[in-house]
Amino acid sequence: MLEAHDITVHLGKRRILHGLSLAAAPGEVTVILGPNGSGKTTLLRAVTGDVPAGGRIALDGADPRRLRPWELARRRAVLAQFARLAFPFTVLEVVRLGAEAAGEIGAAAAARARAALARVDLAGYEGRLYQELSGGEQARVQLARALAQVWEPKGPEGPRWLFLDEPVASLDVAHQLQVMEIAADYARQGGGVIAVMHDLTLTALFADRVVLLEAGRVAAEGPTAEVIRADRLARVYGCRIDVTTAGDPPRLIVTPVPERRGAAAGARAGG
Amino acid sequence: MVALSEATGPVAGDRRLRARRATLALGGLVLVAAWAALATGAAGVSLPQALGRLVTGAGLTLQEQVVLWEIRLPRLVTGLCVGAALAVSGAVMQGLFRNPLADPGLVGVGAGAGLGAVTAIVLGGLLPPALAALAGIYTVPIAAFLGGWAATLILYRVSTRAGRTSVATMLLAGIALGALAGAVTGLLVYAADDQQLRDLTFWGLGSLAGASWPKLAVAAPVMLLAMAGTLWLARGLNGLALGEAAAAHLGVPVQRMKNLAILAVAAATGAAVAVSGGIGFIGIVVPHLLRLATGPDHRYLLPNAALLGAALLVGADIVARSVIAPAELPIGIVTALMGAPVFLWILLRRRGVVDL
Ligand SMILES: Nc1ncnc2c1ncn2[C@@H]1O[C@H](COP(=O)(O)OP(=O)(O)OP(=O)(O)O)[C@@H](O)[C@H]1O
Ligand SMILES: [Mg+2]
Repeated sequence: MLEAHDITVHLGKRRILHGLSLAAAPGEVTVILGPNGSGKTTLLRAVTGDVPAGGRIALDGADPRRLRPWELARRRAVLAQFARLAFPFTVLEVVRLGAEAAGEIGAAAAARARAALARVDLAGYEGRLYQELSGGEQARVQLARALAQVWEPKGPEGPRWLFLDEPVASLDVAHQLQVMEIAADYARQGGGVIAVMHDLTLTALFADRVVLLEAGRVAAEGPTAEVIRADRLARVYGCRIDVTTAGDPPRLIVTPVPERRGAAAGARAGG
Repeated sequence: MVALSEATGPVAGDRRLRARRATLALGGLVLVAAWAALATGAAGVSLPQALGRLVTGAGLTLQEQVVLWEIRLPRLVTGLCVGAALAVSGAVMQGLFRNPLADPGLVGVGAGAGLGAVTAIVLGGLLPPALAALAGIYTVPIAAFLGGWAATLILYRVSTRAGRTSVATMLLAGIALGALAGAVTGLLVYAADDQQLRDLTFWGLGSLAGASWPKLAVAAPVMLLAMAGTLWLARGLNGLALGEAAAAHLGVPVQRMKNLAILAVAAATGAAVAVSGGIGFIGIVVPHLLRLATGPDHRYLLPNAALLGAALLVGADIVARSVIAPAELPIGIVTALMGAPVFLWILLRRRGVVDL
């Protein structure tokens, strides 16, 4: 269980999070939604212990801010929104950093790194230099690195957690699906997944629970279908959003709608 | 792709084996350099003599024994230690700043250490006698360490914001620190007597000519200890390549690691400067070549840098002693002649790949 109560974060002179609370269970994919600047990344950083935060945080009963760094590293892995690599490591070496953080060494670490790379569809990229990959490929290497760190969704200390900040932002549609399926599988096997997302349709497809942020506060929280509602999304995001159901089995389809329908969208749809 | 994976060893992308082989090869290189250094010199002790009789001393004239034991050997050991310390300091500093251009000599740490040493030489006499007696021969190394440490701290504070280091700021801060140290050193020159002046000139260009067993006895343990300490940093520096936040996510105690890294760099650079003055470019060229050859994994980079740095500096010293024999060049000139073009080449190659 990840439980956060009354989280307050100040960055610089500004208060970014205004005492918000959050609960996420292992076995579920919890998605954090919200407009740019609403505090999603900050919330993630608060619960991973990256920024000083007021309030109570418990990850399976332990305050992540009090755990030793290497203990925490065995319970959760983090995929940051932005990543930069300073030196010319190979793809395998980058992913191996994750396996080594979990205590694997030598050939075992390399084997796990290769498995994680295969999981994100990057088998055969081991010998390439990370800095010479495309943006989306780099993002998938980073995901593989996080996966290699918490490879087994359940450990002796309890469930393991994946914190993913916009894991699909730079991916093509097929790899977006693949990454979301990896996250859903991880949860199905007993791990915890918390993902910050902007894609509402993917969220509707894969999230078990949704936390909707607005200006550093929780605007709505609950099972996906209860939070993904047209009126609420329209109010928080400040644009028209249609939520429809289609397909078999029925799925939620979330579509943003341009204000001036006549001009662009209408014309393109054939009038 | 195929060529690359073949080139990187049995498992694609895994360069550990290659790095271990490099360690063996570099160890051999150090031995060769050491052998050559003992055999080369104005006093004309030949290689077989040097090698065959070094240990026993038998068959060597008294003068030859003195040359070997009191001049060449301390000079060799100093060269090995200083070369290793400078190269490792450079590699650690680059890992800490997440940038291949950081080097204690370039960004003012060497200047800070030099300033400390110069201050100790000129003003050491002003210390309270009790304290001076206590510090004794350690005064200059301690002052060099403090100077290097202060410079590293200032540098890190000035150029790193929220875990990100601005290289432009770092290099500019290095220029400012270097200028400050130069100015204060210039001031101290007016307060110095003749003997002190000779010592001061020595700091400017760097030289192993002043090497002696007593100096080594103080500086070598510091350099060796600092280098040994950096082995504990290797994994943390690997994580740091992904940024401070990512390193913390990987379980690296980032703040503690940074403090230790700064301490180790200051100690190693300070001790190196205390015995040999300002020798540049070893710290930037050696790690760079090794990253090209075997990759940036610090668990192999740091020990290999120690070996290559040691071999390179001893080699440079042989050149410094040979080209205008029987006179000799300051070794700093030799390393600058070798290192500065390599540095420019790094800049040229990296343009567009890494943002400065
Ligand atoms: N280091 C900082 N100093 C001051 N303010 C900051 C800092 N980092 C973020 N902020 C502010 O905090 C607010 C929340 O930022 P955060 O990164 O959490 O947003 P987000 O919801 O992740 O947005 P996005 O969708 O763009 O990633 C923003 O208004 C941002 O300007
Ligand atoms: Mg964000």
